[in-house]
Amino acid sequence: MEIEAARMIGAGLAAIGLAGVGVGIGNVFATTIATIGRNPSIQNRVAGLMWIGFALVEAIGLFALLVAFMVLFG
Amino acid sequence: MATAEHSPLEQFEIHPILPITVGDLNLSFTNSSLWMAIAVLLIYGLVMLGTRHGSMVPGRLQAVVELSYQFIAEMLGSTVGKEGRRYFPFVFTLFMFILFGNLLGMIPGSFTYTSHIIVTFSMAIFVVTAVTVIGLIRHGFRFFSFFAPSGCPIYVMPLLVPIEVLSYLIRPISLSVRLFVNMMAGHIMLKTFAGFIVALGSFYVLPGVAPLALTIGLTGLELAIAFLQAYVFTVLTCIYLQDAIHLH
Repeated sequence: MEIEAARMIGAGLAAIGLAGVGVGIGNVFATTIATIGRNPSIQNRVAGLMWIGFALVEAIGLFALLVAFMVLFG
Repeated sequence: MATAEHSPLEQFEIHPILPITVGDLNLSFTNSSLWMAIAVLLIYGLVMLGTRHGSMVPGRLQAVVELSYQFIAEMLGSTVGKEGRRYFPFVFTLFMFILFGNLLGMIPGSFTYTSHIIVTFSMAIFVVTAVTVIGLIRHGFRFFSFFAPSGCPIYVMPLLVPIEVLSYLIRPISLSVRLFVNMMAGHIMLKTFAGFIVALGSFYVLPGVAPLALTIGLTGLELAIAFLQAYVFTVLTCIYLQDAIHLH
């Protein structure tokens, strides 16, 4: 197999990890919305934690992007 | 007209503006250094001009400075507590430097110095090293009890302690890569979609409106991510500081 074809396949495989990221981000926001729904007064406290959670999960997605770039251009 | 093929990765190239070579080392003043200097001058100007009058009813600039001060002070107070106040200058500098770096990168034609792994890695390794040293000075060898959480049965420790150590050592990498990849991926996306505007718009203009709307939305998203990533870097620094000072 040519190295270029293998790179392309590797980069495509690296994108599979983004499925978990989608689930994770959906989970963070769904739980936040449910929490605010049950206890509206907690909104300010929970909002900060939600953004931290979102950024941490998004970082994992970008780690997958990093792997794809390393495979494609490394 | 000759169309040069520009790749979206060209924006991350470092060009020396003032070539300085000391022996074997290349210490040139580059475009990255230029934008770092601009960020420092802007932060300094903002804080100095904002606090010049120090009136009880703040004007707009003073309100901005007071808001950012309060934001970081509250972040430190809620994560670290009273002991965190001595680290306020460091955390404030970190937050402002990353925030201005991210925001200055949104100016068309500028350079995002936080989109380079060496910049973010230097900051992250400094943060983790400093936090470890603070923990070691404060607690001595009891600092290593951090890796064996309380209430952990003894037979699980040989599995848990290496995992805890590994996740501690991974902190500089995750901290730096999070910021760097967010910035780099964001800017690559912006350049790519902006390229689509020209590519599609060359067919009687109208098809170019879709990528234009997308690019406008993406620019808004990137501005939000600029703030968010600066906030997350700083809040994680505070959390690591809390771990070192209070050992859980």
